[in-house]
Amino acid sequence: MTNLIGHPDHGSFERDPQDMVQLLTPEGERVEHPDFAWCGDDDLAKQLLRDMVLARRFDVEGTNLQRHGELGVWPPALGQEAAQVGAAHAMRAGDHVFPTYREHVVCLLRGVTPADMLGIWRGTTQSAWDTVSTNTHMYTLVIGAQTLHATGYAMGLQLDGMVGNDDPERNAGVLAFHGDGASSQGDVNESYVFAASYHAPVVFFCQNNQWAISEPITRQTTIPLYQRAMGFGFPGVRVDGNDVLAVHAVTSWAMERARQGQGPAFIEAFTYRMGAHTTADDPTKYRLAEETEHWRLKDPIERLRAHLLRSGKIDDAWLAELDDEAEQFGAEVRAACHALPVPKFSEIFATVHAESTAELEAQREQYQTWADSFESIGADSHGAANGQGVSP
Amino acid sequence: MSAQPQAVPNGTKQTLTLGKALNAGLRRALEADPKVLLAGEDIGRLGGVFRITEGLQKDFGEDRVIDSPLAESGIVGTAVGLALRGYRPVVEMQFDGFVFPAFDQITTQVAKMHFRSGGRIPMPMVIRIPYGGGIGSIEHHSESPETYFAHTPGLKVVTCSTPHDAYWMIQQAIASDDPVVFLEPKRRYHERGEVDETTAPIALHQAQVVRHGSDVTLLAYGPMVKTCLEAAAVGADEGRFIEVVDLRSLSPIDMVTVSASVRRTKRAIVVHEAHRTLGLGAELAARLHEDLFYVMESPVLRVTGYDTPYPPSRIEEDYLPNLDRILDAVDESMSR
Repeated sequence: MTNLIGHPDHGSFERDPQDMVQLLTPEGERVEHPDFAWCGDDDLAKQLLRDMVLARRFDVEGTNLQRHGELGVWPPALGQEAAQVGAAHAMRAGDHVFPTYREHVVCLLRGVTPADMLGIWRGTTQSAWDTVSTNTHMYTLVIGAQTLHATGYAMGLQLDGMVGNDDPERNAGVLAFHGDGASSQGDVNESYVFAASYHAPVVFFCQNNQWAISEPITRQTTIPLYQRAMGFGFPGVRVDGNDVLAVHAVTSWAMERARQGQGPAFIEAFTYRMGAHTTADDPTKYRLAEETEHWRLKDPIERLRAHLLRSGKIDDAWLAELDDEAEQFGAEVRAACHALPVPKFSEIFATVHAESTAELEAQREQYQTWADSFESIGADSHGAANGQGVSP
Repeated sequence: MSAQPQAVPNGTKQTLTLGKALNAGLRRALEADPKVLLAGEDIGRLGGVFRITEGLQKDFGEDRVIDSPLAESGIVGTAVGLALRGYRPVVEMQFDGFVFPAFDQITTQVAKMHFRSGGRIPMPMVIRIPYGGGIGSIEHHSESPETYFAHTPGLKVVTCSTPHDAYWMIQQAIASDDPVVFLEPKRRYHERGEVDETTAPIALHQAQVVRHGSDVTLLAYGPMVKTCLEAAAVGADEGRFIEVVDLRSLSPIDMVTVSASVRRTKRAIVVHEAHRTLGLGAELAARLHEDLFYVMESPVLRVTGYDTPYPPSRIEEDYLPNLDRILDAVDESMSR
């Protein structure tokens, strides 16, 4: 059968784009870029490595917990550690983050606890962390919807006089994450329009991990995503998303110009989703092992480890200590998952509204009476409430 | 919660159109709380295509009365972000039929934010929608989308039928910590009535008996309240004593007031412009049968728009409930 509509060429994935900012090669060699310099010191470099190692450990634990039946599903961030660690380190405490549901690494660095993230995937909560004290919004699962919230929040920062002050400590900006698939969403494109129109202090951070579940980037766009930014009226930069130094440098630049009142920017972090879309997905059905192997050689952690070892900034003892820390962290993550409390069903009625209604209160009472009826006959009311008992 | 609108003891009692009353209510809300913002298409320099926000940008500035890019989802979605930042956005959807590009943001984001956050994040937003037909307009400009929103947990839905209610209810909606879909009966924008600032309003989600009668209760809201009052007046000439209840709040529904009325009259007819199937009439009929099955003397009847898309304007009068259809339903109810 002849296809009448065009389809992406699965065989020619973009291997090594030349137009991206890179400060650390896949082999771990430091290189310079004419526009972006990394200004961190050795301590920060070691911190970035540590954060990536611990983040990967968290992610591996998430996948394992799902395999053991402890989580309903888990969306791995495997391979995207540099993009997320580099971006998170470009944030200040007063900046606000709008994550997708794959920003586990970012959220860890913003002070969100593993338990609060795991609860979403275990099914004990839809959002558990304090979005105000962490300055990190809850996960949004409708693809791209959060970019509008981020833009509105950034407009609020403008109205609050928190942009472009002489005292840089009084300034703040917003970092809005989305993926390559989301770049096709209307809401994402509308958020670009609003951000540009109001000159809002928001940086759009697109992790182009090449795949939106089974659809390759070529189904979403026929030009590099970062080039779209120009059409909306703000700068776009493509950065090697597996190079934590470059991501940190580019995001720091974009956030600072946003805080100073120079408006939005777009960052395309060119990276790769090494794992499945979620643990429910099977990437072997739609992509070649050759492609994954190609990206494995660009691993974000390996290149920084090689660089720091080679330059004598770390040694085997330092790495062994880090391994121990990761082991301990992994055990803490598993324990935190197992300790997550299951909420009472009757609680769902309490937070539908700020001010509840008579009808909802009546439904709560109806439920409670039904649930209590099992206690009076000695049955497990919780089991009844979860569909294991008889219907009322 | 923002401060509830208060009566002004030495305030005015003046006759205004419903549109001007909304404008006055918005003005008072902007004066009362610096966190209140208006946003929407053409609401600033133009004052809105219906002039509901006329003069407000001039008096409160472009930072508080914001002309938006032409993107409804963007308007609501950015308002979510502003609400997260502590503002109380009041957004205008220019016409009923244009709210649907924002449907995801309203039903999935705005409605669920408080619940999803375990009650930590309120979403004090008002989404104003001019709605309903009878103005001879082109398609997508005469629709009644209330059921979609009343069916969505987390949203509250209200509609005004008089200038007095318009003035107070818009302020009460803005003061609410819950997101409120505020439906404005656009065919009644030019209806005049007294707006009394000197007495405190009844609660936002309370229904009101607007004409007393003993034979049958007409349950209506928004643009159909006036139609029902006219039908009741004609019915009185024919010896029918028709009670009219203005629901005012479509979610939640004030079943205390509704049931009390139907308990007296023992007969109920729901009147709305929206499509019949799964409209407010279906919900009201179900609840009245649950509450008053053994009291009522006839089934709850519905006089509504048909289950068709809204028709071209030259034939819309046959689509909209009118005096004849309402009085026919009264006869049918009384004959059972």
